[in-house]
Amino acid sequence: MRRLGARTGSKIVDQIFVAVLLGAAIVFLAIILGLAASLVKGSLPSLRTFGFAFLWTSSWNPVTSIFGALPLIYGTVISSLIATVLAGVFGIFAAVFLSDFAPAFLARPLSFMIELLAAVPSVVFGLWGLFVLAPAMRNTIDPALQRTLGFLPIFSGPSYGVGLLTAGVILALMIIPTVTAISRDVLTTIPADQREASMSLGATKWETMMKVVVPAARAGIFGAIILALGRALGETIATTMVIGNRPEIAVSLFAPSYTLASVIANEFTEATSDIYLSALIELGLLLLIVSVVVNALARILMWSVFRGARSAR
Amino acid sequence: MQAAGEETTAKVQVDDLSVYYGKVAAVKHASLKVHENCVTALIGPSGCGKTTFIRALNRMHDLTPGARVEGRVVLDGIDIYAPNVNPVLLRHKIGMVFQRPNPFPKSIFDNVAYGPRIHGTRNGASLEALVERSLRRAALWNEVKDRLDRSALDLSGGQQQRLCIARVLAVEPEIILMDEPASALDPIATSKIEDLINDLKREYTVIIVTHSMQQAARMSDYTAFFLLGDLVESGPTRDMFTRPSDKRTEDYITGRFG
Repeated sequence: MRRLGARTGSKIVDQIFVAVLLGAAIVFLAIILGLAASLVKGSLPSLRTFGFAFLWTSSWNPVTSIFGALPLIYGTVISSLIATVLAGVFGIFAAVFLSDFAPAFLARPLSFMIELLAAVPSVVFGLWGLFVLAPAMRNTIDPALQRTLGFLPIFSGPSYGVGLLTAGVILALMIIPTVTAISRDVLTTIPADQREASMSLGATKWETMMKVVVPAARAGIFGAIILALGRALGETIATTMVIGNRPEIAVSLFAPSYTLASVIANEFTEATSDIYLSALIELGLLLLIVSVVVNALARILMWSVFRGARSAR
Repeated sequence: MQAAGEETTAKVQVDDLSVYYGKVAAVKHASLKVHENCVTALIGPSGCGKTTFIRALNRMHDLTPGARVEGRVVLDGIDIYAPNVNPVLLRHKIGMVFQRPNPFPKSIFDNVAYGPRIHGTRNGASLEALVERSLRRAALWNEVKDRLDRSALDLSGGQQQRLCIARVLAVEPEIILMDEPASALDPIATSKIEDLINDLKREYTVIIVTHSMQQAARMSDYTAFFLLGDLVESGPTRDMFTRPSDKRTEDYITGRFG
């Protein structure tokens, strides 16, 4: 029989293991802090020159070296919101179909194809958006929206094909796989006995999904949408190709716009003056902050909704 | 087979019922008469087909891919597997309580109100009355009346199972199927459920699956014994336990196997 004191070696192994884990965690912390620090350092000249006015002035003029980021923040947030709403609706319906309605011979290939969509490079989405979607938006979809919903200011004015709405649609296509795949996985983890309980009470399959299964999975589905929103906010190349690249705030979703990421990608090589470069780096800082704030808001919303639902009658 | 209990009406008549999972027959040519306002217990060792049998009675096998049902299940003179029978409407008449308590992750009130809401009861006052009546009927009202808006998942296992019974009662079924409703519960919670079932049979026809012969002997009026997918024997519980006609039944109830 082994003596109790004989295994001191395992204690040291444990300590080494904990140290390695701690080290890995610290690396991530260091990367985030280092990133933020170098962005702040790079944007100092711009911060000093424009101060907080950078956030709410609308002129983006490299010629006169006057920079205000409001139209870019607007374009980023609105295009991502359009994408999130579209992808959320279609993605959840697709996930419900895949998890509970599709026969096995259909569910597998469909799931595979949706995941394949996530592997398509964004520049390919951009090309398709520019040469196929943009003309379709200009000639068919935008006029149809204007005929039916034209009384809303967001569907007014001329359509050029490229613009906020087109960018939102392209972004939606890019983030639908995320919403669908994660939502489907969450839905399939809801135990079969929940479905059986509902069906045995005389509910239809549709009622069972909408009143029991989807509500039980809502936290996970919400998480999927937040993840997708994060991707939409930072997406660069596809947006750049279809949004029109004009730093203006227009009421109409048909109008061209510009996003934080697109400006950086488009103008970095042309940034000849120090203040121009610094303004672009500040845009990077802003993009980071916008992503963090939107994520935090979504989480607060989720938290309050679920806290309310638990005690709601 | 039909000699026993001719004095009460047959609520459900099962004729030559077979259930297959793929090519495997889990229940083979079973026939059973279920009497109105009685408790019928289905007993037998694990894997003998009693759960498969009971799930055929409210067409739960419709939801299982690869499951196939043959034979007839006649409820009040209508074959529930006839093509013109809507399984959704059928399940209004036949409630089911499952082996593990499976309340929805909603409030206690919403759990009980789930069925009535689906079936169109929206009126606040009458819905509240129905929820209270169902909870009282399931002997749970006094324990939860002050916290109807709390999550059902905060209840104990025994309370959750009684909540599931209340949820079934709120739909106002005629038949209640119970698949080992007490197997996941402690002895005290089990005896509460048994008292409740004894009480329910005055208004409902109860069919209960149990692996406990004592439970079957204590609370059922009729018993059916399953073994390896065969319905070996059925009849009044007293006869089954005192003078079984089949050797296999005798071996089982005297504890020689199972």
